Amino acid sequence: MTTETRAKKFLGWVDFRFPLTEVFERHLSKYPAPTNLNIWYLFGFLLIVVLAMQIVTGLWLMMNYTNSAEEAFSSVEYIMRDVEYGWLIRYMHAAGASAFFALIYLHMFRGMMYGSYQKPRELIWLGGWFTYLILMAEGFTGYVLPWGQMSFWAAQVIISLFSSIPVVGEDLATWIRGDYLVSGITLSRLFAFHVVLLPILLIAIVFFHILALHEIGSNNPDGIDVKKHLDEDGVPLDTKPFFPYDISHDIFALGVFLIIFCSVVFFFPTGGGYIIEYVNYEPANPLSTPAHIVPSWYYTPFYAMLRAVDFPLFGLTAKFLGFATMMAAVAIFAVLPWLDRSPVKSIKYKGILSKIFLGIFVVSFFALCYLGMVPPTEIKALLSKIFTVGYFSYFLLMPIYTRLEKCKPVPERVADA
Amino acid sequence: MQPKSPPNPIRRQLLTSITSLLGFVGVVFAAIPFLSAFKPSARAEAAGAPVKVNISNLAQGELMTVEWRGMPVFVYKVSNEAQNVLSSDKSKLADPNSAQQQQPDYAQNDTRSRKKGIAVLKGVCTHLGCAPKFYPDASTQDFDPNWQGGFFCPCHGSKFDLAGRVYANVPAPTNLEVPPHYFESDSTLVIGSDGAS
Repeated sequence: MTTETRAKKFLGWVDFRFPLTEVFERHLSKYPAPTNLNIWYLFGFLLIVVLAMQIVTGLWLMMNYTNSAEEAFSSVEYIMRDVEYGWLIRYMHAAGASAFFALIYLHMFRGMMYGSYQKPRELIWLGGWFTYLILMAEGFTGYVLPWGQMSFWAAQVIISLFSSIPVVGEDLATWIRGDYLVSGITLSRLFAFHVVLLPILLIAIVFFHILALHEIGSNNPDGIDVKKHLDEDGVPLDTKPFFPYDISHDIFALGVFLIIFCSVVFFFPTGGGYIIEYVNYEPANPLSTPAHIVPSWYYTPFYAMLRAVDFPLFGLTAKFLGFATMMAAVAIFAVLPWLDRSPVKSIKYKGILSKIFLGIFVVSFFALCYLGMVPPTEIKALLSKIFTVGYFSYFLLMPIYTRLEKCKPVPERVADA
Repeated sequence: MQPKSPPNPIRRQLLTSITSLLGFVGVVFAAIPFLSAFKPSARAEAAGAPVKVNISNLAQGELMTVEWRGMPVFVYKVSNEAQNVLSSDKSKLADPNSAQQQQPDYAQNDTRSRKKGIAVLKGVCTHLGCAPKFYPDASTQDFDPNWQGGFFCPCHGSKFDLAGRVYANVPAPTNLEVPPHYFESDSTLVIGSDGAS
């Protein structure tokens, strides 16, 4: 018996007991990917790679990290100085967090641009949105662990946000902290979330996300329903199997991504203070706040909105309204599939209004990202307000402008696009 | 053989509802220990025990920071000039008469202090919990050209006067909190308890 037939026989033995070949073909090798996918369709794959990297580097960091207020800071320094390649593993994990957010923002924007959230992909979009929420929680809890000045005061400010909720706020904040001020008790519970609860949820939701995607199939830049035209085997004509066609694009993209990622890790590991903030090289001091505290770049759009709302309204404090605005800015992505009333998916075939509002959204997002990083002045506070309105107008006016505008006809086949 | 009873969908529905309801009650009770474990532990509560502070060496206009319950508490000896400012210039303040319950009753006065001349304030900004910085002198500052002396929060720019009263139109909604405290003697301050009186 040759090796090949022996392997086939073994596979047959497994397939009789577990649908291995079937699962592999359905979700990987033969997954039909539309032929017109472009560069925007690479980020999902890269996100999976980054998730795997974060899990591996995180596991290794955990082996040397100590989650107590007394030891946390010095154990991170120990990893950086004394553990073989500890610096590399930590820098990969820290830069990995920023890469994760950069990629997920691009991935989300792709969905917004090509209407990938529209019927029948609402659950795929919701799964992705939930992944984003958990990722934000992962980013925050992980940021606290080195227990530097920025870690401590970020935790203090973020948890204090809950105290703005009327009536129950103060008790809720104390309950989350487990203490009257952020302390080692808070640190170790955030650690437990960061390394156990949130990763389990993240993996579960990503699994759900991909399963839902493979049930419906990928959208494409033209928003053409490729399932309308099938070949005699029931495979959509305008698709190619994932292997070897799509995977070769993905592998090439991975190479490009790794060149950029490794340049950052090896040459700019702190990213000019955007990946690891310099103030965080000072141990946490509960008695003194650093002069200028800012969140990581991937939260600053929402931080800018928190600051933009500085007026009380309807008997609610400015503090609570700011918190509510910030939460709403994240939550509103969830209802996007039901706000869009357009008959077409892709921005290519939508009318001018959709293009204008998507443009307003992008400009507002980047402007708020910048405004959240700099100290507030009067003019910047005003700009924050304007761009907050711009950000929400994309969502809240969508039911109106997607019905008003005139759309172009969507071609039947990819070749006609 | 017993006769087969006819199906009774209403009884079946009732039993299902009662079982589900009891199951739900069980889940609620089972959640109690897990949710309670999040509350401050006995040790964290004990760390909230009163602390004694020797204030005999505190000079006029000087501020010392004491740790109580893990948070900074400012103890400040108010100079005579500052006391005059506190009782006269109230135009910029949001709550000049300390109407909101941010202090024990005995500190609801112009200097928000139990003993005139000694201010005891929680060094936790009432906005989002940063520790405000102490700028005692009335002079021009980056954040306020007509600064009268007080506390400035570096996080989001909230301003408080020397008695911890919040300025109007800043992010912080209320005055700095005055923790319970009493004076055991002229030189010993106890923070965290109202004392026997």
